[in-house]
Amino acid sequence: MMNMFVEALEPILIDHCTPSDVRRIEANDAGHSLFQKIKDAGFVELLAAESDGGANISTRELFPVLFLLAQYAVPLPIAQTIAARWLWKNHVDIPNGLIAFAPHHSVKSNVLICANVPMGRVCQFIVIQDQQHLKVLNCADAIKLNDSGIKGSLLTTFEWKINAAHSFEMKNTPTDLMAMSAVLNAVELAASIKKVFDMTLQYGNDRVQFGKSIGKFQAIQHQLSVMAEHVAAASIAVQAAFDLTSGQPTRMHSAIAKSRTSESAQLIAATAHAIHGAIGITYEYDLQIYTRRLHHARMAYGSESYWNQWIGEQVLASKTTQLSDFIQMTTHP
Amino acid sequence: MNNLLDHFQLAHLPQSLDPFRIEVKQFLKQAMPPLTADQKARSWFGFDPEFSQRLAKQGWVGLTLPKTYGGAEMDAFARFVLVEEMLSAGSPVAAHWIADRQSGPLILKYGTEKQKSFYLPLICQAKAFFCIGMSEPNSGSDLSSVATRAVKTDQGWCLNGQKIWTTNGHQCHYAIALVRTSGTTANRHAGLSQFIINLSLPGVTRKPIVDLTGDEHFSEIFFENVLLSEDTLIGVEGQGWDQVIAELAFERSGPERVYSSIILLDEWIRWLKKGHATPQRVAMVGRFTAHLSTLRNMSIAVTHQLVQGKSPVIEAALVKDIATEFEQNIPALLEDEMGADPNEIIDANLLRALAYVSQMAPTYSLRGGTREILRGMIARGLGLR
Repeated sequence: MMNMFVEALEPILIDHCTPSDVRRIEANDAGHSLFQKIKDAGFVELLAAESDGGANISTRELFPVLFLLAQYAVPLPIAQTIAARWLWKNHVDIPNGLIAFAPHHSVKSNVLICANVPMGRVCQFIVIQDQQHLKVLNCADAIKLNDSGIKGSLLTTFEWKINAAHSFEMKNTPTDLMAMSAVLNAVELAASIKKVFDMTLQYGNDRVQFGKSIGKFQAIQHQLSVMAEHVAAASIAVQAAFDLTSGQPTRMHSAIAKSRTSESAQLIAATAHAIHGAIGITYEYDLQIYTRRLHHARMAYGSESYWNQWIGEQVLASKTTQLSDFIQMTTHP
Repeated sequence: MNNLLDHFQLAHLPQSLDPFRIEVKQFLKQAMPPLTADQKARSWFGFDPEFSQRLAKQGWVGLTLPKTYGGAEMDAFARFVLVEEMLSAGSPVAAHWIADRQSGPLILKYGTEKQKSFYLPLICQAKAFFCIGMSEPNSGSDLSSVATRAVKTDQGWCLNGQKIWTTNGHQCHYAIALVRTSGTTANRHAGLSQFIINLSLPGVTRKPIVDLTGDEHFSEIFFENVLLSEDTLIGVEGQGWDQVIAELAFERSGPERVYSSIILLDEWIRWLKKGHATPQRVAMVGRFTAHLSTLRNMSIAVTHQLVQGKSPVIEAALVKDIATEFEQNIPALLEDEMGADPNEIIDANLLRALAYVSQMAPTYSLRGGTREILRGMIARGLGLR
């Protein structure tokens, strides 16, 4: 899963997105300098047309870039910002800054509420879906911002006056912000799953008890084997979603990817911690950076139950009599 | 360290096979015998020589074998399509199944020209059905401990011993058996060889074993001074272990390791569509769909490696382990659903299919290598052993 974009991005992340950088941003930093490095290298405009100064890469080529960002636990909504700028292609007045997605919101007494927006604390703008329209709201205009109170979490709840000026509006677009959010989130899950597995395999080789690596014990081997199966399943589910020349992954592909990765997240996190022992739940050890993400990302933008419900409705509404036919019809490239 | 996982790259069935799939669907529509859901649920255990011969007339038995020997000379992707359609339709494929999937390819790879030109055309005409002689009463997961022994004679070999759990052994014409030809069980993998044994030879006794569903799908085979000619040895004397491992890659890699419970699942969905859906059941259908779609892609990725001429032994083991868990999950969860409302009357056909699949599901993670053996193989692939 290498391409020239990955090769160009990785050195930046090695230098500027170390585990201690991640901890610092999660603690209280806005991540401006990391964002600036990524932006200066052109990665925010990957999907934009070449005429607009972008790289115009395919959805398929974008995938390994998003995967890499998540493997380094980049605590900024880079994937969403890339996607937002792509959604607004042909428009020049896209807000400059980090953009997070909030496909669901509620309105109470003339106040618009976006609850628990992932990466909310580090973004400058939030895209919401208002029926057929997409709107961008400026975080600076919010009348209230509440952190989740969860250690290291960037989840933030925003409130705006209902008639707050939106920075930009895109009317009557077919864009499905929920599915887009979910599929980007699925990449984060698949990449974190892979990273957690790699760390656990390494630990199994390194940690010695009873005079040998714990990875030599059959009970540990079998747990790692099962983890490997879920790594492969999660990876291929997101690969399938991004297997497009251009455009947004389909809702069915997005749903399958989010459901499948979310379901594996729990098993992967639990097994990784079981094999690591007590060291795994320390703040100092890096495993927690990823397993916290697994739990959080599983719940964000619809957990597996949300998407399973939607997939099941499509199956029951279809005229096919064989599930294999349904799958081919809805996921054939 | 993680090369194994890098092998799971998305691949697609070539679009050029779309017309073939339609052709298969049309054939099945007219060639399928009238079967109830629980009969269809027997999946690749349904033994029907007549159906196999109709399939052979289409040229679809020995699908991947060369045309020279009567095969269709199509690739593993085509076999994936054919198998996926036949299993989804609940076709009774057992008679020719083993020969098509592994005995034929094994003979093609290791056989002499004489062996190839004798057995392969018979396989392609669905006139020679094969079974696999691996397990013995004291050799299950520890396969290299097989005690059945062939001793060299003037004219060939003299075989003594016993095989067990042989799928359809009592209904097949030939068995390809792994037996010891030199040394003792202490020599482990060395000294084992494979033979093609004509099951009508004097000294061969076969006994079907009744399973818990009332079927006789597997059997015991006894060999008492069975005289085998020279040319029944397949491959190289003493290389039987390596040949068996290569054979198991064929055995484990197909979509049959994903679709064993599909008839039950499709039948249940059909029933849900008749007004029995609840939010919980709808979500369950969605979950099964997400899993099936993903497992199918994993299986296609392994098939892609077969097409490239590789022998994806460990990759196939990985897919088989996670896929059989899915297959076993279906009856396990549906039992709860179908018993959740005592006021609900479940369709009798569906109930019989559930009972059959539920009773047979434990075999999914036994046949072709147990869960524990497969996880050990994956661990080796990860560099842990």
